[in-house]
Amino acid sequence: MSALPEAGPARSVVMLDDVTKTYAQGSLAVQALRGVSMEIGAGEYVALMGPSGSGKSTLMNILGCLDVLSTGRYLLDGDDVANLDEDALAEIRNTRIGFVFQQFNLLPSLPAWRNVELPLFYAGVPAPERKRRALDALARVGLADRVDHRPGELSGGQQQRVAVARALVSDPAIVLADEPTGNLDSTSTEDVLALIDDLHSAGRTIILITHEADVAARAERVLHVRDGRLTDGGGVR
Amino acid sequence: MKARHTLQVALEAVRLNRLRSVLTVLGITIGIASVTLTVGLGLGAQQQVRDQISALGSNLLIVSPGSATSGGVRGGFGTATTLTRADAEALASSEVAPSIAGVAPVSSTSTSLAAGSATWTTSVYAVTPSWQDVRSRTLAAGRFLTDADVTDRTRTIVLGSSTAQELFSGGNPLNQSVVINSVSFTVVGVLDAAGGSSSATSDDDLVLMPWTTAATTLGTSATTVSTIYLQAADAAHLSAAYQQATAALKARHQITTSGTADFSITTQESIVEAATSTDRTLTILLGGIAAISLLVGGIGVMNIMLVSVSERIREIGLRKALGAKPRAIRNQFLTEAAVLGLAGGVLGLGIAAFGALTLPSLIDQPVTLVWWAIVGSLIVAVGVGVIAGVYPAGRAARLAPIDALRSE
Ligand SMILES: Nc1ncnc2c1ncn2[C@@H]1O[C@H](COP(=O)(O)OP(=O)(O)OP(=O)(O)O)[C@@H](O)[C@H]1O
Ligand SMILES: [Mg+2]
Repeated sequence: MSALPEAGPARSVVMLDDVTKTYAQGSLAVQALRGVSMEIGAGEYVALMGPSGSGKSTLMNILGCLDVLSTGRYLLDGDDVANLDEDALAEIRNTRIGFVFQQFNLLPSLPAWRNVELPLFYAGVPAPERKRRALDALARVGLADRVDHRPGELSGGQQQRVAVARALVSDPAIVLADEPTGNLDSTSTEDVLALIDDLHSAGRTIILITHEADVAARAERVLHVRDGRLTDGGGVR
Repeated sequence: MKARHTLQVALEAVRLNRLRSVLTVLGITIGIASVTLTVGLGLGAQQQVRDQISALGSNLLIVSPGSATSGGVRGGFGTATTLTRADAEALASSEVAPSIAGVAPVSSTSTSLAAGSATWTTSVYAVTPSWQDVRSRTLAAGRFLTDADVTDRTRTIVLGSSTAQELFSGGNPLNQSVVINSVSFTVVGVLDAAGGSSSATSDDDLVLMPWTTAATTLGTSATTVSTIYLQAADAAHLSAAYQQATAALKARHQITTSGTADFSITTQESIVEAATSTDRTLTILLGGIAAISLLVGGIGVMNIMLVSVSERIREIGLRKALGAKPRAIRNQFLTEAAVLGLAGGVLGLGIAAFGALTLPSLIDQPVTLVWWAIVGSLIVAVGVGVIAGVYPAGRAARLAPIDALRSE
């Protein structure tokens, strides 16, 4: 802890210290991250931008505890994730982080509400409460009349709203969105971004990857990634 | 509640790939069906033998001449004529052998019979009136032989049910005459068919005659007998009766060591034991072969579970991203494997039940399905599924969430 600067007035949710990530690809080593340091305070809305292949998704996956870093340190809410085992990481993903993916990642065989209740199931919430909260979350994204539709019976924008409902159903402190509007038209993009704005104004920390400047413009802070590095510093105090 | 959801997910996965699930469990289905049927056939055959032997009478001991072998059942008995009617009378005494309730000395000869134009060859037994009680037989018609028949050497006979059928083909045999050895006999009674199975023909194809009459008309010995049937007072007295009979006969025959006894006493249990042991060996052998098909079925389930894991790798990744712990993923796939195993087991039992209903009429063999074989089969089927699922489930549980999510 002491090696890192003390948290400022806004408590740091995310603190990266010289993080690298190397993928072994056969005999070739791909350096996706080459030393990223950054700090994101609680309730911040941060956009990550950068060219394709620059390492944005890699960074996001590490932030979301989906992937492990190669060197460096990652403190989540002050805890070093390197000290956490599989179960503890699963619990963090379950309760503290909500994901929204570019490909929606809904289970095609399940109706919308069953997709939304999944995080609650793994949290051990009883079935009736799961259903109530899932329907609630779907109502909040404007899909109260589509709860029994399977993903295949929904438009892309609707599917992404289901995914947003799934990200907010467990009431996580952090929402990570990797190009959430990448596959959507302008109307759907507006719907989804408005939902994300709502999540932010409710006090959640939002980290969003985008290629579009007008999407990034809604964030409070924009970080640019290039060749596995942040070009403008990570706001480390 | 967590278990219920896991089960629900597993059922959905099985239902989603209905055809593949059926093909997957086919191996287990065939394995369970053949194991259950083999065991059922084996048990049926054993039951058949047991029925035949219990049809001999209840609490029965059989004394035969000739030395005993260690196995208890000897090959060709009746060669040495060491048992006498005096032996039988001694065993009937309540002082010598209080645990013996009934004694029936028997000697027999095979001869041809004629009734009108019908002829038939079968065994004629020279018996005492006690035979009916000792052998627990009942009469279909008429009466049994009496003490008066013995003392008066009456020319009366009692027929077994199939003998009566052969000679009189359905007509009433009572008071009809049957010619044996050029001597005419009157039928005074017909036995009920022996209890138990149909193939116990030797118990139903016979002629019973007062032993005194047999001695004069057929030339059977008036002093020696080929078998003495003993009936113990009840099941609890069986071993006491055995010991009393052995002691009494040894004393009468002046035998001091057991190795040189000139008679042997077998119990129903020892006959059942000997007769069913070959059946049991065969059952175990066939059951073993059937069990191998279960193993093959298990490998089939493992194969499909591995396919299922790699097909659903994105789903696994997503579930992990949403907070599924490795244990939850493993349980999900184990449950799926168990459900497949159970489905295979239930299908297999269905086929076995069908076989149990149809086979007996095709191969003339009873099939006995007992509850422990059914419950055992289901447990084995689920067990095979779970064991086959352990490796694939472990693989799914160990997948790194991001690798699983990213794969196409
Ligand atoms: N699993 C992997 N194995 C090997 N190399 C990888 C792997 N994942 C990413 N990379 C490499 O790491 C680099 C960064 O990839 P990343 O997905 O983070 O880029 P990105 O910024 O998200 O790009 P895009 O905007 O196209 O999504 C790329 O060069 C990519 O080829
Ligand atoms: Mg990306």
